[in-house]
Amino acid sequence: MSFFAGIFKVQQPAQRTFGWADVVVIALVILLIYTGVRLSFGAPATVTGPSISLKPEVLPYYAIRSVGRMAAAYVLSLLFALVYGRAAAYHRRAEQVLMPLLDVLQSVPILSFLPVVLLGLSTVLPQAIAVELAAIVLIFTSQVWNLVFVWYQSLTTIPGELNEASTIFRFNTWLRFRAVELPFAAIGLIWNSMMSWAGGWFFLMAAEIFTVGDRDFRLLGLGAYLHEAASQEDYGAIAGGIAALVLVIVLLDQFVWRPLLAWSNRFTLEMVEDDNPPTSWFYALLQRAHISRWLDHHLRQALLNGVDALLVRPAAARPAPAEERARRPWALYALLVLVGTVVLYGLEQAGEMLVQVPAAQWSEIATGLAATLARVLIALLVALAWTIPVGVLIGTNARAATVLQPLVQIAASIPATALFPVLLLVLLDLPGGLNLAAVLLMLMGTQWYLLFNIIAGAAAIPEDLKFTSRLLKLSRRERWRTLILPALFPYIITGAITASGGAWNASVVAEYFQLGGQAHQVTGVGALIAAATASGDFHLLLAATLGMILTVVLINRLFWRRLYRRAEEQFRME
Amino acid sequence: MAHLLELQGITQKYGRGDRRFTAVDNVNLAIDEGEFVALLGPSGCGKSTLLRIITGLNQPAEGQVLYEGQPLRGVNPHATIVFQTFALFPWLTVQQNVEVALKARGIPPSLRTVRAIDLLDMVGLDGFETAFPRELSGGMRQKVGFARAMAVEPELLCLDEAFSALDVLSAESLRGELLELWMSGSIPTKAILMVTHNIEEAVFMADRVIVMDKQPGRIVADRAIDLPHPRQRKDPRFLEVLDRVYATLAGQTQPEHIELGAAPGEAGVTRALPFVSIGELSGLLEFLDEMPNDRTDVYRLEQELNLGTDPVLQLTEAAELLGFATIAKGDITLTSLGETFAEASILARKEIFATRIRRLPTIKWLLAMLKAADKGRLDRDVVRLALELEFSPEDAARQVEIAIQWGRYAELLAYDDSTETLYQETAVSVPA
Repeated sequence: MSFFAGIFKVQQPAQRTFGWADVVVIALVILLIYTGVRLSFGAPATVTGPSISLKPEVLPYYAIRSVGRMAAAYVLSLLFALVYGRAAAYHRRAEQVLMPLLDVLQSVPILSFLPVVLLGLSTVLPQAIAVELAAIVLIFTSQVWNLVFVWYQSLTTIPGELNEASTIFRFNTWLRFRAVELPFAAIGLIWNSMMSWAGGWFFLMAAEIFTVGDRDFRLLGLGAYLHEAASQEDYGAIAGGIAALVLVIVLLDQFVWRPLLAWSNRFTLEMVEDDNPPTSWFYALLQRAHISRWLDHHLRQALLNGVDALLVRPAAARPAPAEERARRPWALYALLVLVGTVVLYGLEQAGEMLVQVPAAQWSEIATGLAATLARVLIALLVALAWTIPVGVLIGTNARAATVLQPLVQIAASIPATALFPVLLLVLLDLPGGLNLAAVLLMLMGTQWYLLFNIIAGAAAIPEDLKFTSRLLKLSRRERWRTLILPALFPYIITGAITASGGAWNASVVAEYFQLGGQAHQVTGVGALIAAATASGDFHLLLAATLGMILTVVLINRLFWRRLYRRAEEQFRME
Repeated sequence: MAHLLELQGITQKYGRGDRRFTAVDNVNLAIDEGEFVALLGPSGCGKSTLLRIITGLNQPAEGQVLYEGQPLRGVNPHATIVFQTFALFPWLTVQQNVEVALKARGIPPSLRTVRAIDLLDMVGLDGFETAFPRELSGGMRQKVGFARAMAVEPELLCLDEAFSALDVLSAESLRGELLELWMSGSIPTKAILMVTHNIEEAVFMADRVIVMDKQPGRIVADRAIDLPHPRQRKDPRFLEVLDRVYATLAGQTQPEHIELGAAPGEAGVTRALPFVSIGELSGLLEFLDEMPNDRTDVYRLEQELNLGTDPVLQLTEAAELLGFATIAKGDITLTSLGETFAEASILARKEIFATRIRRLPTIKWLLAMLKAADKGRLDRDVVRLALELEFSPEDAARQVEIAIQWGRYAELLAYDDSTETLYQETAVSVPA
């Protein structure tokens, strides 16, 4: 079960109640959104989208456009994560601000940013670049946090003796990075990169098909293709688009992620051989081929040696570490005062803007929040109802696992947002269809987190406990009550936290939708955000976005985090 | 001429404010060229801390390290460490593990390879260059550790419990090989400093044994071992030296007020409860009960009880503290109380144990706290935090654990693990 064990390396940060850092962080988030909204004032009232062709031959080009966006965002994410994580891991001062910031940012529903980012960017940049950049920023924000977290976690858990060895043998920063930190973090980084890509597809699709009112922000890509196909009710094109998407995902899996995983197995810290290490036919092929070995030897190693020679200087020549530079506190204070003033001014402006929001709209936001919360809960309950039995089946039954696991992996890799237009087409004519569709989208986007966690939990139930419960002749009911459910509890909570986060996130695209030039919406805060974007009601946009973010962060802190801590303390079997 | 290495008034403290405790207290020490020195002591005596200060991995709070007469700043470029856990990079092959140490010194690739292969030959690992550490046995891994250390041609070679993670046979052969390299002068090493808690190993290898004790970590003895090499473990002279070192380390029975120490929070040193389980203690007493005259050499216990040096020392300390045994001149003898305990039923054992631990200031203090506490309950964390005034956070946590274990066995207190609360045991009346 190494697949599932690896995927959930990211843990929730240690329990904290609100601290001063949270206040600062929330102020910064408010400021950020305010800035976006402020910029949005100048956004063009109509945005013409690209004309999207439904001819099958455009699919490869659209696919490349989509993958290109993903790749650009991923490279950004990785670079950002390496810098941010290292700063947080090695500088205590920085850590005190960076980790709470990370904590809030990763629980913020990213899609609620989408309208603000799109409008803000299209004010300051040319149209084509703005939309492209907005998509990349959005994907970036969905990919980056778990990468930062796993990198930070790796850096802070490098075994003490490896750190000491690299110090006593006088590795410099570069050699330490390349010979210790990166290899140690490699497996976690690769698993989390896979997760980031899976999450990224979801947001890419959402970003590619975003249209509100007269503003058409669509981008040439697979998501837009599917959206257009659904608008025109062209079922052939829909099938073609989905096939292309699945193909791209499978190709990436087979030619990028599987080989990387097989290769990265060498970075395990385990001192025993793995019984069934991850395998990849493509990687095995590469290893056997002369050409790749030649390339490896002459290109990769030669390059590394060259870089090493450049960056590793004989350490003996280095003088003893200089005394700490004399500090100039006044410069720091001046900077702090300046930043503080800007923040306060921004907050004051944001406050003024919020004051102008009429009471009726506030109550609309409150109703919306309640409605969306209800949808999130329903989606979560439905997901739990089917993932627990199926997850336990896969996790405890090797035969079921071999059949179901690949199916589940492929199903899980298709971004729900890509299927949404199609789903809508089917459900729209039913009574309450849009409500159903909204819940379904949330469900499709989130059930996999739960399923994978439950599989991991079921697989982790110790064999001896299973034997014992059999020896005691516990009835099926008793076995579930005394063994399986308690053992699963921490995993269910971990999965549910991610799942509910995902569900909130999906609400912006799930509750308001334009298909064939017609807008459909249900009551909900996501719909409010989208509608405010469409009508150019920036006060409402700011208020609704803030309302949603604060609600989600509060629910996380006050509810999920406590439950998580309980689960970790009482039921963790490791 | 200046000493190769000199420590002047080295003191190391951890924590801050009230929680501050001293790990190493005012250590002065000089090591000269040609010496093989063993640094010996129970766990927690600061010997590993001292090693890290000597190599410059850590900076001392007070005092200074002189290397060839010069104050040391940063990591000592002439020293290296062979680690207990090998500290090999699992993602690098055997050869790469050695080469990376050379790479860090900026030695060009062609030279690196030649030197790495030479060194691996020297430690007998030819043919394993392309293997990964996980494919090797513990003994072979440590050979890589030695080859890597030798690669940088250290003047001062430090061994941090380098043999303690190995099986008996590998450890023995590796010890022999190191001694051979060292005695033959085929390595440029000027001195070896070996940190160990294995007394026999120290006496077997070193020319000089420095004994440390804990609370606070300090040097209590410094003696030369002038037995010729190769040393024989069965040699009566070897055994005599061993006995003497053990006597230093295991201490002698002392007057009761010193033996027991002060209660936490009072003036004077609080004596730590030895980290010993009831089962181990019973095992020791039963073993002694079966020996002729209820007596044996302390150093023999390691083999007989199949325990390491450190657990044995903790055990003998506990037996002595509770009055079940006395220690003198490296011998441990069962007292009549200990004999009674060893032969008693479970209930009678509990009673004896209860009367014995009630004398201990730490237990007394804990029971008094429980009595004074609201509803006779105490949070485990409260006890731990109170003990952190006397001990390091880690030791304080251990002390709570032991106090709970002992108190539960003696039925002096009860403990609820799910709420982490200590309760007064109502069934047993506590005499005033």
